[in-house]
Amino acid sequence: MSPITPTRRSLLAAGAGAALLTGASGLLVPARAQGLAPTPTMRGGANNYRPGAPIVDRIGGGGFWMTGTVRRAGDGAPLEGQRIQIWAHTTEGHERDPESHGATLTDANGEFRLEMPQIVPAFGQAHGHLAYDDPDFETVFLRPIMPDASNTSLQAHFVLQPA
Amino acid sequence: MSRIRATLIWIALAGAVAIPIAVAATSPQLAWRDPVYIAAGLAGVIAMAILLLQPLLAGGYLPGLPTLKGRQIHRLLGLGLLIAVILHVGALWITSPPDVVDALLFASPTPFSVWGVIAMWAVFATALLAVLHQRRRIRPRLWRLLHTGLAVVIVAGSVIHALLIEGTMGTVSKIALCAFALAATIKVILDLRVWTLLTRRRA
Repeated sequence: MSPITPTRRSLLAAGAGAALLTGASGLLVPARAQGLAPTPTMRGGANNYRPGAPIVDRIGGGGFWMTGTVRRAGDGAPLEGQRIQIWAHTTEGHERDPESHGATLTDANGEFRLEMPQIVPAFGQAHGHLAYDDPDFETVFLRPIMPDASNTSLQAHFVLQPA
Repeated sequence: MSRIRATLIWIALAGAVAIPIAVAATSPQLAWRDPVYIAAGLAGVIAMAILLLQPLLAGGYLPGLPTLKGRQIHRLLGLGLLIAVILHVGALWITSPPDVVDALLFASPTPFSVWGVIAMWAVFATALLAVLHQRRRIRPRLWRLLHTGLAVVIVAGSVIHALLIEGTMGTVSKIALCAFALAATIKVILDLRVWTLLTRRRA
C-alpha cells in the first residue's frame, strides 16, 4: 500500500476544516480563563494623550463616573494597584486641556472608578479615552463610545499582557 | 410663475437653509466648545446648506434666477463651498490634530469621517476641474460628466457624514436639509439628462 500523499487541495481542505473547528470552539467557550486574550488598543485611543496624568480623587467638578476592570491576560487574575489614565471632552474642557486629564489606581478586585465631569459629544461622538501606560504590562489605549450622550457613566475593561 | 408661488418658494428655501444654521448656532453643545471648534462646526453646516442651493441654481429652479444667472451664483457658491470645507477641516485640525490626521489617513475610529474626507477630496477635484474648464483646457462634455459625478459623490458623502454625526445640528432640521439636498441633486441630474453625454455621438 502506498503512503498517503497529501495533494494541495486536500491540505487546503484540511486547513479550512481545522480553522472552522478552532473558530467554532472559540465561539462555544468564549470565556476560558486560561486563554484570556489581551485587550487590543483601539483606533484613535491615544489621541490627545498627555503622559503622566496625576492620580486624583476626581477630575474637575465630577458628576460622571468612568469605571472598569483590569485583569491579566491568560489567567484573568485581577490586577491591583494599576494606574489607569483617563481623559475626555467634558462640560469643563477639551480633550487637549491638562485639567481634563487624571489617573486612578485599581483596587484589590482589579476595579477602578474615577469621577469626572459629564462627557459631551466631541468630533461627532460622545466618547472617553483611557490608557494603561506603565512598565509592567504592554501599553493599551481605549476609546469607548457612550451609547447615549445623556448617560452619566461609561465602562472600559483592560486585559493586560505582561511586558 | 405667479408672484405668490415665487414668494412661497423663496420663503421655503430660506427656511430650509436658515433653520438648520440657526439651530446649530444656538446648540447647547456650544457651551462646551471654544470659538475655533464652534466655527468648525458652523462651517460644516454652511457647506451643507450650499449643497442644497447648488443643484437648484444649476437647474434654474429658483424664481428670478434663470439658468444663466443661476449658474453665475452657482460658481460663486462653489468657491464658497471650497472655502467652507477648508475652514471646517482647518478649524477641526486646530481643535484636535490627531483626530483630523486619523480622518485624513482613513484611520479614524469614527464611521462618518471617511465620508466627509471623500466628499472633501471630491470638492477639491471639482475646484481644480472648474479652473481647467474656465481656461478651456478640458472638453465641455468631459467637464459636465466629471462635475456631475463628483457632485453626486459630494452630496451623498456629505449627507452620510452629517447624518452619522452627533453634533450641533438639530436632528429634524438636519435630516430635512439632507433630504432636500439629495432630492434637488437627483432632480437636476434627471432634468438635464446628463447621462446621455455618455452615449451621445460627438457632434
